[in-house]
Amino acid sequence: MTTSTMKTQPKTPARSAYWAGVRDGAPFILMAVPFSVLFGVIATDAGLTLAQAMGFTVLVIAGAAQFAAIQLMVENASIAFVLLAALAVNLRMAMYSASLVPYLGAAPLWKRAFIAYLNFDQTYITSIARYEARPEMTVAERVSYFLGVATPITPFWMGMTLVGVLAGQAIPEAWALDFIMPIMFLAMVAPMLKSLAHVAAAAVSVSVGLLLVNMPAGTGLLIAAASAMLTGALVEIWMERRAR
Amino acid sequence: MSYSTFEIWMIIIIMGVGTFLIRFSFLGLIGDRPMPTFVLRLLRYTPVAVLPGMVAPLVIWPIATEGQFDPIRLLAALATVLIGVWTRNVLWAILGGAVTLYGAMGITAVL
Repeated sequence: MTTSTMKTQPKTPARSAYWAGVRDGAPFILMAVPFSVLFGVIATDAGLTLAQAMGFTVLVIAGAAQFAAIQLMVENASIAFVLLAALAVNLRMAMYSASLVPYLGAAPLWKRAFIAYLNFDQTYITSIARYEARPEMTVAERVSYFLGVATPITPFWMGMTLVGVLAGQAIPEAWALDFIMPIMFLAMVAPMLKSLAHVAAAAVSVSVGLLLVNMPAGTGLLIAAASAMLTGALVEIWMERRAR
Repeated sequence: MSYSTFEIWMIIIIMGVGTFLIRFSFLGLIGDRPMPTFVLRLLRYTPVAVLPGMVAPLVIWPIATEGQFDPIRLLAALATVLIGVWTRNVLWAILGGAVTLYGAMGITAVL
C-alpha cells in the first residue's frame, strides 16, 4: 500500500510532519486573534484581574467554555453551575479524544497527555483530516504533526488575550471577523465530506444542532453530534451491504 | 460579579483540570487497546458530526448581528462549503468564503 508513497517521504519524517503541521495550523492565527482579544476585553470588563484572565486562557484553552464561564460569572451564578455549564460546553472534546485513539493511542502516555492539553477544535480538525488522508503516517509523525498545528495558534491565543486585557478594546464588529470562525471550520469540514455517509452525518448534525440550539451549555450540540455519528455509521453499514 | 479572589481561582483551576480530563479521557485511558468495530465506525464521523452542528447556529443567527439572520453570512457559508467540496482544498474554501463575505458586504455598502 505504501510503496508508491514511500518515494515522497522525506529523510526526517517526524520533523517534516511537524513543519507540515505548522503550515496547516498557521491560518488559524487569523481566527484566534479576534476571539482571544475579545476574551481579554470581556474578562476585564467582568472584573477579572490580568492574572485571572491569563489563568483562564492558559489553563483552560477553550474559547467557547471560557466565554460561557465569564457570562455566567457576570450573572453571579453559583460556582457549581458555572463549572457544570463550562465543562458541558467542552464535553464534545471527549468525542475528539476518542476519535484520536485509533491514530495516537500507541504514543507514549506523556505525549498523549500533552496532546490532550492542546486538543481543541482547530488542532483536532486539522490533524484528523491529515490522519484520514494519509493512513501511512507513523504514530511519531502524527504526534509531531499535531504539535506542529498547535504551534502557531497557541501562543497567539494566549498572547492576544493579554493584548485584549491591556488595550481594553475589541476589534470592531464591522470587520465581520466573527465570521472567520464559521468559514474556517466549514472550510475544514467540506473536504472531509467524501461519502454519502459523511454527507448524511453532516446533514443530521446541522438539522439537530439548529433544532436544539436553545438547550443549555452545548448539550444540544452533544445530542446533534451523537445522532450524526450514529447516522454516519448506519449509512456506512447500509452502503456496505448494498455494495456486496 | 461577587466572588472572592479564592472562588475565582477555584473556578479557573477546576475548569482547567476538568477540561484537561475531558480531553485526556479516552486517549489517555484506552491507549492502544483495540476498540470494537462499531465504535470505530461511529468515531470515523466525529469531525463531520460535531463541527457542522456547532457552526450552523452561528451561520443562521450570527453573533455580530445579535442573532439577526444575515443573507450575506449564509451566502458566504454556502460558498465555503461548495468550494471546499469541489476543490477538496481548505485554503481555497477559506478564500472563497472570505471573498464572498467581504465582496457581498462591499456591494451592499455601495448600493
